[in-house]
Amino acid sequence: MHIVDGALSNPVVIGGAIAAAGGIAMGLRSLDLDRIPTAGVLSASFFVASLIHVPIGPSSVHLILNGLAGLLLGWAAFPALFVGLLLQAVFFGFGGLTVLGINTLNIALPAVLTWMIFGRLIARGSAIQGAIWGGIGGAFSIAATTAFVAISLAMSGDAFLPAAKLVFFAHIPVMGIEAMLTGFAVMLARKVKPELFKKAVLT
Amino acid sequence: MAHALEPQAKTLAEAGGSEPYGVIADLDPRMRIAITCLFAVVTVALSSIPSLLTALSVSIGLLLMSRLPIRRTLKRMAMMDSFIIFMLVLLPFSMHGDTMFTLFGFAASWQGFWKAIEIALTANAVILALMVLVGSMEPVTLGHALHKLRCPEVLVHLLMFTIRYIEVLREEYLRLCGAMKVRGFRPGTNWHTYRSFGYLVGMMLIRAIERSERILDAMKCRGFSGRLLLLQEFNLTRRDYWFATMMCAICVSLLILDFQ
Repeated sequence: MHIVDGALSNPVVIGGAIAAAGGIAMGLRSLDLDRIPTAGVLSASFFVASLIHVPIGPSSVHLILNGLAGLLLGWAAFPALFVGLLLQAVFFGFGGLTVLGINTLNIALPAVLTWMIFGRLIARGSAIQGAIWGGIGGAFSIAATTAFVAISLAMSGDAFLPAAKLVFFAHIPVMGIEAMLTGFAVMLARKVKPELFKKAVLT
Repeated sequence: MAHALEPQAKTLAEAGGSEPYGVIADLDPRMRIAITCLFAVVTVALSSIPSLLTALSVSIGLLLMSRLPIRRTLKRMAMMDSFIIFMLVLLPFSMHGDTMFTLFGFAASWQGFWKAIEIALTANAVILALMVLVGSMEPVTLGHALHKLRCPEVLVHLLMFTIRYIEVLREEYLRLCGAMKVRGFRPGTNWHTYRSFGYLVGMMLIRAIERSERILDAMKCRGFSGRLLLLQEFNLTRRDYWFATMMCAICVSLLILDFQ
């Protein structure tokens, strides 16, 4: 779901960069130096998780897990996911340079929204209830990400509307998979390390 | 770090083997980052095909100067193209204009076709320059250079931690995968697979958090006071100024070419 350089119009790119800078600043303020190791290790593990390919029918999809990142990191998801995107662009050639801002916004803002909406819900009730809320949160963050990508394409010109719609519908199976995986990951975390979401690692 | 991408893969910096790098590697990392940003902004601002072709050839020229493995670098660039190919194929059909040809009753327009070519050229020129100028650095050098370019300190520390632990966590992931495999796990499209992958992700995160607690304890034990010292020093030489001047001249001429 990376947008590349040259596809978007200038106002979208500049607006995205400014908004992403704001989000990153919010995230950095929430990170005192004691918490940097946790945020760094989590950022690295989401980077690794995004390379896992999960089979679906004859093909496979790679994970994004930005919902889970938001649930664990809160606002710090902004800098953490930005670092991931920066490393992917520089060393793997995925995405682009001028679009780093808008790409960060499209992935990290849904993560933060997921944390705001579902953060308390997943810590309440039984592990199964938490898992179900986690699953809904996982699907929500992918839906929001694709919607943001579609909006940034659509705002850059009507010619991108079909591509924007295609992006959205192509990601419906991804939503399902992310929902299941996030749900089970939350369930495991609730059972193995119950204090994890209670503390809300980095709020 | 690029082991994560495919087995035996290396970052471009490691992949060059024993051969010392060409002209690019000797240049100041800070200057390389700044020039890449300038080049990216200028390239995105271009809109005529000739000027974009020139921009792409500048990137290819940089690749040749850098003596990076050419095929592997271009292959990585092509990987990005496979992501955007659908959008580019759709563009001629979704943009109105003079008809180029008709397919199943849908008209493809010349305007859309040129727009798609324009996007493809821009994207490739920028990403290639980025990979050659910045991607050929050691990841740690990138962190130091960004620090010297006045990036927020916390962000740089976060970057350094991420770089440091990607490899460690990937090994942990492979270990967990191996453990699943010896127990007879084969991925497929079913509930069992998704549950197992979900537990895998959950376990990775829990271990990562516990690891980070140990890291913090170990750092405090060694007198960590909340500041990391970044010791690498850079200095600009005459060659850096020459290279920067040349690249600025190229950027200006690209813009002039575009306005004509």
